[in-house]
Amino acid sequence: MMMGGAPRGGPGGRPQAGQRGGPFMGLSAPVERSKDFRGTLGKLLARLRSERAVLAVVVVLGSLSVAFSVIGPKITGNAMNVIFDGVIGKSLPAGVPKEQVIESLRARGQGQLADLLSGTNAVPGVGIDFTALAQILALAVLVYVLASLLSWAQAYLMAGVAQRTVYGLRREVEEKLARLPLRYFDSHAHGDLLSRVTNDVDNIATTLQQGLSQLLTSVLTVIGVLGMMLWISPLLALISILTIPLSFAVTIVIAGRSQKEFVAQWAETGALNGHVEQMHSGHALVQVFGRRASAIEQFNTQNERLYRASFRAQFLSGIIQPAIQFLSSLNYVGVAVIGGYRVASGAMSLGDVTAFIAYSRQFSMPLLQIASQANLLQSGLASAERVFEFLGAPEETPDRVSATAPKGISGHVEFDEVSFRYLPDKPLIEDFSLDVRPGKTVAIVGPTGAGKTTIVNLLMRFYDIDGGSIRLDGVDTRELPRDAVRRAFGMVLQDSWLFAGTIRDNIAYGKEGASLDEIVAAATAAHVDSFVRTLPEGYDAMLEEEASNISAGQRQLITIARAFLADPSVLILDEATSNVDTRTEVLIQQAMARLRHGRTSFVIAHRLSTIRNADNIVVMDGGRIVEQGDHDELLRKRGFYYDLYQSQFAESVGVDAAGRPMLPVLQPAG
Amino acid sequence: MLIRLLRSNLAPYRRQVAIVTALLLLQSVANLYLPNLNADIINNGVAKGDTDYIWRTGAVMLGLTLLLGLFAIVAVYYASETSMSVGRDVRAAVFERVQSFSAREMNRFGTASLITRNTNDVQQVQLFLQIALTILVRAPIMAIGGIVMALREDATLSWLLVVIVPLMAGVIGVLLLMAVPLFRQVQVKIDRITQVLREQITGVRVVRAFIRVGSERARFETANADLTATSLRVNRIFAVAFPALLVIMNLSTVAILWFGAGLVDRGDMPIGNLTAFLQYIMQILFAVMTAVFMVILIPRAEASAQRIAQVLDTNSSITEPLRPIAPERVRGLVAFADVTFAYPHGERPVLHGLTFEARPGRTTAIIGGTGSGKSTVVNLVTRAFDVTSGAVLVDGVDVREQALEGLWGRIGLVPQTAYLFKGTVAQNLRFGNENASDAQLWHALEVAQARDFVAAMPGQLEAPIDQGGTNVSGGQRQRLAIARAITKRPAIYLFDDCFSALDAGTDARLRMALRGETGDASVLIVAQRVSTILHADHIVVLDEGRVVGSGTHDELMRSSAEYREIVESQLGAAAA
Repeated sequence: MMMGGAPRGGPGGRPQAGQRGGPFMGLSAPVERSKDFRGTLGKLLARLRSERAVLAVVVVLGSLSVAFSVIGPKITGNAMNVIFDGVIGKSLPAGVPKEQVIESLRARGQGQLADLLSGTNAVPGVGIDFTALAQILALAVLVYVLASLLSWAQAYLMAGVAQRTVYGLRREVEEKLARLPLRYFDSHAHGDLLSRVTNDVDNIATTLQQGLSQLLTSVLTVIGVLGMMLWISPLLALISILTIPLSFAVTIVIAGRSQKEFVAQWAETGALNGHVEQMHSGHALVQVFGRRASAIEQFNTQNERLYRASFRAQFLSGIIQPAIQFLSSLNYVGVAVIGGYRVASGAMSLGDVTAFIAYSRQFSMPLLQIASQANLLQSGLASAERVFEFLGAPEETPDRVSATAPKGISGHVEFDEVSFRYLPDKPLIEDFSLDVRPGKTVAIVGPTGAGKTTIVNLLMRFYDIDGGSIRLDGVDTRELPRDAVRRAFGMVLQDSWLFAGTIRDNIAYGKEGASLDEIVAAATAAHVDSFVRTLPEGYDAMLEEEASNISAGQRQLITIARAFLADPSVLILDEATSNVDTRTEVLIQQAMARLRHGRTSFVIAHRLSTIRNADNIVVMDGGRIVEQGDHDELLRKRGFYYDLYQSQFAESVGVDAAGRPMLPVLQPAG
Repeated sequence: MLIRLLRSNLAPYRRQVAIVTALLLLQSVANLYLPNLNADIINNGVAKGDTDYIWRTGAVMLGLTLLLGLFAIVAVYYASETSMSVGRDVRAAVFERVQSFSAREMNRFGTASLITRNTNDVQQVQLFLQIALTILVRAPIMAIGGIVMALREDATLSWLLVVIVPLMAGVIGVLLLMAVPLFRQVQVKIDRITQVLREQITGVRVVRAFIRVGSERARFETANADLTATSLRVNRIFAVAFPALLVIMNLSTVAILWFGAGLVDRGDMPIGNLTAFLQYIMQILFAVMTAVFMVILIPRAEASAQRIAQVLDTNSSITEPLRPIAPERVRGLVAFADVTFAYPHGERPVLHGLTFEARPGRTTAIIGGTGSGKSTVVNLVTRAFDVTSGAVLVDGVDVREQALEGLWGRIGLVPQTAYLFKGTVAQNLRFGNENASDAQLWHALEVAQARDFVAAMPGQLEAPIDQGGTNVSGGQRQRLAIARAITKRPAIYLFDDCFSALDAGTDARLRMALRGETGDASVLIVAQRVSTILHADHIVVLDEGRVVGSGTHDELMRSSAEYREIVESQLGAAAA
């Protein structure tokens, strides 16, 4: 007796939360539906286009495999007949033709035996025809072996198709990331984006690997087996047609009910997770504020709720298999009993009954597989939809390479009536003009939302301006390839971005092919070197994602070292030093001053000291430059800058008429 | 590890496990008995033309089937109950254990990892247990039961079993041996790709600014090719599994028919028994096969069990003293006596011979550069870490000698990054003092310069706060955290660089108000901004873990070059 056609296959991707193992993979958790089933399916199939030759072979192999596997039971049934015939034949006197024996049996009132005999091919007196048996069994062996070989070949090829397709899809997705404008990243939640390029792609892999070809073979198997059953005995087929789809229906109903419970379970899990997350994140607080006992109590309450919900969910979904088993056993009993009766009355051969029992088993498995594969397909399509949506996002305008990047950039930056806004209805920067000579330091100040970080976005061509032009050494930056522009600027951001790698690798990111000496030099300049040496692995220390082993200030220093290594012509410091504290800041400022010597720098900061030392201060408010000048000039004006200065610095320290901070009892040093 | 974990946690559920096993046993026996009855039908009913017999036996089979269904449902009930209960117990055990951890253990595992271990990993083990109790237990029972029945039937044919079952087990075993390590690798490689992509997304500005798109692509390409190759191998190995097993099963059928025919012909075996035998084999093999596929789940469950065990086996490095000493008087005096502290594996100590006092009624400030060890000072007072040498004394008693809850009861902590809990403003404020009245809450808010914005929130004190406090701004969060500490009315205030999210004006007003509020308590402020600590009663300047100066602002301006540098850098040369 054979099971359903094609193999289950191994893991293609990662199971998601609340997973499932076992034969009913797709049935034990709620499933997402796609919005545009047909369209997405079409697009997905289009991606398989390049594999269509292999796919055609897969389909053929699958169909042949099913065909062979469906014939198998019939052949073994025939073998059984040969054996039965032999048994009956041996029990009858030899030499008398079968019909005579039947008549004599009827005459003697043994009608039932007569009926039985008439249904067989028994030859009175002759035992089992081993030659015929051998032939039949040889055929059976051939058929079974072929079925398995073809099935294996199908799975083997399909694995290749699935993996190659997903490989290409992943690559496409990653390449897309490089072509998307910054605007896309800023306007979409990173978590969702990441989920699309990882989880959703994995899900597609699973679907292709396990769903597609198996769906085909399952459907073919069901059709083939149904056909065979109807051919052998419509009566018995009726029993099967009643009980087995009934089991299908039961599955759907129970699975539906259990889905509700699973949803509840996921909700409770989420609540518990939330509590755990909070208690762990605020661990020190929970301890010091004496809340450990209460935290545990709350946990236990929520835990109990989760237990109840998961128990219900597991119980309901766990019943599915016994329910199927039960109906399948009922079917078996029905077939055995009624089939037995039919054999006794000569209407069927024993072999056919045996075959039928095998077919019944062969019928129910694929039905269940179809149900779970359908779910898998749905889920896979939902994922595909999200991935295609991502791939369809509008890309950055390509580089214009009309001008060549000037060699040896001196660092003369000009803003010429620049206008820009993120959203059409929210004006930000209007007619902004600024001329920065090489080597000068510009401090950009202003309240939050004044447009300061936007300047950075525009200089680096992360966003392109709407009007006016930005020129670098006289060349409009829009005429240059973006890489050339970015090579000229060195950036240290407030939000330090370090990847999971060694400290050395992170610093080396600033310059490809940097030597260890160069790295250490940059690190020393940024005052990273000494603290790196307090770490056990030194420069080879791994920076974790959460980087809990180093402080925020130290992370900043590493990004500064990276910028040192990059050695750019123009520096952009975006509030970088405010996370680094007092003592170290002194040293960094000294190093920065060294670095800035002869180099143009844009500093967006709110440290009084930085601003006071700048050559030019640009005061922004609501996207416009409201004032320009150096510190003393601006204070004299008693304008916007003066007000800003007063509110931010003066209050804490007290300032004199000239705007200088008054500190308690100043004495000259020494 | 998995077995150990399960064994210790299943102990309270022995009864249920026994019931499940018994039911599965009965189920298997009944399942194996059905073919027997079918054999009877063929031998005694069909072959003899006795249709009555057929119907009678059929009725028995029906009854048996119904009973089977019942057994199965009850078994699922108890199996679910057991596995979910074990899950609940393990979750609780892990959570309680983590609650006892000190900062060192928290850092060792990492918050994210601990959360995963408390939830996802337990889920894996739980699911595995569920499946184990239903399917995995059934398999050996079916196998053994089947073998027994088959032997009873006909010992001669049973020798086939001796060949088939090991063959099947062998095939599966080999496949699993090859596939299981590869599964793990696949998981690792998926994680790798996720990591690379996450970095490309969150760090897109840096990638483009440093012109690293090309090298990022190369990095991704390597990971992608790697993952694809491994996945392909795994899936191809797996592709062999089912067809191989099926072919073994089917060829077994053929073999049984052939050899069985001989026996039937000689009259050694009634034909009905042959069909029964066929069905035994199928049932046995099918049960074994299902079970073996379930075995794939073991590596995952094992990995999860290990992660859970790691937590459960870890003891906190901060222990309660056997005989706690309580200080005579609670005044809030904090004293560091020649304290040296190094992180467990750090090359250099973070603090060297630190000695200072934070006296009640005074504000003591600590200032210094990154890595100078300032935050560590706070951690040593709360016993998030213990000193390597020297001692931290609170009210004259070493903190290691005091009961933890007692020590903590006297401290109001405001850490560097403000963290609020999901609930209302009032619930957050009452965190350290459940009995505080509304008036007290408002007062605390006033001192913390938070009264205005809370009054403007819908619901005011009952206004909702999201997990982490993300629905209020950084500055507001900080002020609420400060108000929380104030509500507790502690003897010792620890402010770990928590004023930086506030603009200088609010900072100044807040500290003024605090002065009035803290009264006789001792206040320890760790700060970056000189302006924050200018007016402190006592300032301690740290550099690379050592005290390089202490005194008031004026004294330090006179005596400490480092201090002057710091002031200069922040407030400008004119201030010096």
